[in-house]
Amino acid sequence: MKVKMLSRNPDNYVRETKLDIQRVPRNYDPTLHPFEVPREYVRALNATKLERVFAKPFLASLDGHRDGVNCLAKHPKSLATVLSGACDGEVKIWNLTERKCIRTIQAHEGFVRGICTRFCGTSFFTVGDDKTVKQWKMNGPGYGEEEEPLHTILGKTVYTGIDHHWKDPAFATCGQQVDIWDEQRTSPVSSMNWGFDSISSVKFNPIETFLLGSCASDRNIVLYDMRQATPLKKVILDMRTNTICWNPMEAFIFTAANEDYNLYTFDMRALDAPVMVHMDHVSAVLDVDYSPTGKEFVSASFDKSIRIFPVDKSQSREVYHTKRMQHVICVKWTSDSKYIMCGSDEMNIRLWKANASEKLGVLTSREKSANDYNQKLKEKFQHHPHVKRIARHRHLPKSIYSQIQEQRIMKEARRRKEMNRRKHSKPGSVPIVSERKKHVVAVVK
Amino acid sequence: MKAGGLPEVSKRSVSRLKGDLHVERWVAVMETAPKPGGSVPPKKGRLPAMRKKPRRYWEEEATSPAAGPPRKKTRTLEPGPTRRKSANGPKPRNQRKPGGRKAAQRRKPEQTLSGAQDPFPGPAPARVDAARKFCRIDRSEKLPRAKRKTRSKLEAAEAQEEEASARAARSELLLAEEPGFLEGEDGEDTAKILQTDIVEAVDIASAAKHFDLNLRQFGPYRLNYSRTGRHLALGGHRGHVAALDWVTKKLMCEINVMEAVRDIQFLHSEALFAVAQNRWLYIYDNQGIELHCIRRCDRVTQLEFLPFHFLLATASETGFLTYLDVSVGKIVTALNARAGRLSVMAQNPYNAVIHLGHSNGTVSLWSPAMKEPLAKILCHRGGVRAVAVDSTGTYMATSGLDHQLKIFDLRGTFQPLSARTLPQGAGHLAFSQRGLLAAGVGDVVNIWAGQGKASPPSLEQPYLTHRLSGHVHGLQFCPFEDVLGVGHSGGITSMLVPGAAEPNFDGLENNPYRSRKQRQEWEVKALLEKVPAELICLDPRALAQVDVVTLEQQKKERIERLGYDPDAKAAFQPKPKQKGRSSTASLVKRKKKVMDQEHRDKVRQSLEQKQQQQKQEKAKPTGVRPSALDRFMH
Repeated sequence: MKVKMLSRNPDNYVRETKLDIQRVPRNYDPTLHPFEVPREYVRALNATKLERVFAKPFLASLDGHRDGVNCLAKHPKSLATVLSGACDGEVKIWNLTERKCIRTIQAHEGFVRGICTRFCGTSFFTVGDDKTVKQWKMNGPGYGEEEEPLHTILGKTVYTGIDHHWKDPAFATCGQQVDIWDEQRTSPVSSMNWGFDSISSVKFNPIETFLLGSCASDRNIVLYDMRQATPLKKVILDMRTNTICWNPMEAFIFTAANEDYNLYTFDMRALDAPVMVHMDHVSAVLDVDYSPTGKEFVSASFDKSIRIFPVDKSQSREVYHTKRMQHVICVKWTSDSKYIMCGSDEMNIRLWKANASEKLGVLTSREKSANDYNQKLKEKFQHHPHVKRIARHRHLPKSIYSQIQEQRIMKEARRRKEMNRRKHSKPGSVPIVSERKKHVVAVVK
Repeated sequence: MKAGGLPEVSKRSVSRLKGDLHVERWVAVMETAPKPGGSVPPKKGRLPAMRKKPRRYWEEEATSPAAGPPRKKTRTLEPGPTRRKSANGPKPRNQRKPGGRKAAQRRKPEQTLSGAQDPFPGPAPARVDAARKFCRIDRSEKLPRAKRKTRSKLEAAEAQEEEASARAARSELLLAEEPGFLEGEDGEDTAKILQTDIVEAVDIASAAKHFDLNLRQFGPYRLNYSRTGRHLALGGHRGHVAALDWVTKKLMCEINVMEAVRDIQFLHSEALFAVAQNRWLYIYDNQGIELHCIRRCDRVTQLEFLPFHFLLATASETGFLTYLDVSVGKIVTALNARAGRLSVMAQNPYNAVIHLGHSNGTVSLWSPAMKEPLAKILCHRGGVRAVAVDSTGTYMATSGLDHQLKIFDLRGTFQPLSARTLPQGAGHLAFSQRGLLAAGVGDVVNIWAGQGKASPPSLEQPYLTHRLSGHVHGLQFCPFEDVLGVGHSGGITSMLVPGAAEPNFDGLENNPYRSRKQRQEWEVKALLEKVPAELICLDPRALAQVDVVTLEQQKKERIERLGYDPDAKAAFQPKPKQKGRSSTASLVKRKKKVMDQEHRDKVRQSLEQKQQQQKQEKAKPTGVRPSALDRFMH
């Protein structure tokens, strides 16, 4: 007879002294871990609930401006520095870690229309209603020195926007036309226009650095190449585009914030239909900025809220609002992709977390791994009705909520009417136009 | 060691484990890694400026300074093979014969910038059958036809799954304990081996696990082990209730409830246990203090606890199966089985379905989410006396008044796999963690064993038998110990059954050695992930699968609402061609061609469908005589 009994030595399973940590032997055999899927589901449900419990995105409000904040700019080298321009011509430089204003400049008479930093971070440019372009040093004046711009360019017309080239000492302004300037000269290197209209914003492409895009109030978006004398092509939409933003990771993708409550993500190579129509806002979209990852962007709207959209989704994943925040005019996603800043009508700049339920500060490795595990679980069970309902639910102010209801009714009525029209006309005479193609009027080359 | 070839040991291992590349690689590398003292001493005639690079013990002598050509450059960034060719002295040790070149290339350790070599290149070895155990996807099924994006996502998920199962299988190396076994000498029948022989043969600690509690006074006993296998609760029919740490033999509490005790069951931890008494159900703590008297569960005969759902299932004389949620103290559902007195119950540990045995020979499967049984299986000609389900949820053993012991396959068809007639018929059945089946036949306990963990026990030859001092009244294998607890009219017997239990427990699920703090933490975690009662169904994995019926219904509704199918393929539009070949006629012609092709495909598909239907109709048995009422069937 040969016999062996299971006989464990307790010393191998119990800690030696109280100073040790407990021993936890593992065995991953599935029969010892029954109900794998139901238990994971419950964990995912709990994780989703906790995510909503901990969703406290609002971090700080920077107050000090004496009029509405009209434009924001990030510092290219320092994460903590932010520049803002107000409607009374004041420019303020903020330190985000201390949440304090470190410098105030009376830059223009009237609005500060645009502000941008030089790629090296030593100086910045502003344009204002007083038809000037000014270059300022990033560091404040020394003791006894006057607060003075480095250069001032007097223009003939009002400039409405400015953007700096990402590598070269050149910048572009817009107004009646798009002007490309060399930093050393007082007259533009080249001026480009296509039709006669006021251009509201101009943006350089961060990857293909010679490309730039602009949008004008005659409903079009025009693309230019700095090296050519004439514009490349333009697309005309249903309504006016307020601003555009280039995707920092994909050279040919840009998103346009439109007056018809929607945002349109275009592929530069095929402008006849947008890649995606993002619709969740209930009023005109005023500003848009990409996350440095290029996967998401944030939009500011006249409906007193900001929304975060994934690039490939038509619905937003997040909406931020507070009782006191009025029409949001400008928005920026910080370069560490963790925070969002927005400037609004009631003179405040607000700082938000990009991920509402994220815990700030240094995480321990266990916290990190628990976080990753929960994230994966939420992803796995995201389509289950309970999980989905909890993850999607957002409290909205009454004005936005009722607006959404109203929009839904209007859309439904339009759809019904079109369906009836199609039903009672000759087959094929009322074609089905997809949502993406509906809003593009024409593409001109 | 031979000069040019592989060392002998590894060659043999290659031929033995031909299919298993991982293992082969591992063995070979183990052999080829040089020993610490085997490096060649530095040559003395070299320049003093060229210092010898410190060599780690695993580094190989790629070029021996004695025979190799003088190196011109001090730094070489050449890849491995070219360097090896240039060395025309003795060949490096891990060079192989041309026959096994492919394997040699795979086995070749990668060279790093510093020249250090990975002594164990490639992933660590893992057993193939172990990986299969951990695999959660069915790789025989082909991926569905999907859009490119979806498909790539599916492929990535599948690859990840494979990786995860391989890693889990690899971690089996770390398991510390081996299962027990009992083997007879050639020709010796293990069933003839007595408990006393086993006790004499094994070590003292294991021998102490065999004991008899002589409790004749309080009549036949029921018993229950806690989930960690550390604690034992026993209830005598004449009111004796006790709970003890049976390993250290420390008594936790002992009371007499002055009432008949029908069944006893630990709740989620050893701190609470439920006792089915003559009238009502009571819950006691480990001090023996009565915490609750649950009057909604009356005349309970059997108790089962579902640990992941925190449900206490009770079967009563009144014919009700009642689920009590012990975490909130509410009755979840009370199901009327409509089969008279319920006295036979078992739970399926794989899916938490309750199996009830009835007096008409059927076994019905219940979930709290349904008012009707999930399935009914006709098992015996007489009434059902006992039911047990194994830990993988694959096999069910039943015994009936017809003296039969049957084993059923619970995967889909519920067919009996094997049957055996016992002279008296078994009154109690229990499965162990490793698939041993114990049956209480009168005052004898028989135990049958199968081939392995996932195979049904073969009923021909018992593995062990033991005669007790009274009739068997309760049976349970102790989790994580090679012990079978038997409650009988003479008290309690703890039998030694080598190879019954799972040797390696998981510390985060059931830890027999856990401290109080660990138990408390585990309790909080377990309560947080309590599975809702409505998720109990036959297939617990169904929750992770796509609900195709609902999805298709939603799609249909959407198409109805929109008036067109948004996912439909757009009609073919011929591309305009260059050089004058784009005339209207040619465009129409091309369009027509594609349309015709599509039409032909459609017709072919419908024809095939029709033929299949006809085949199926033909295949139907025509044993039943045609009736005049058949015409109303269609």
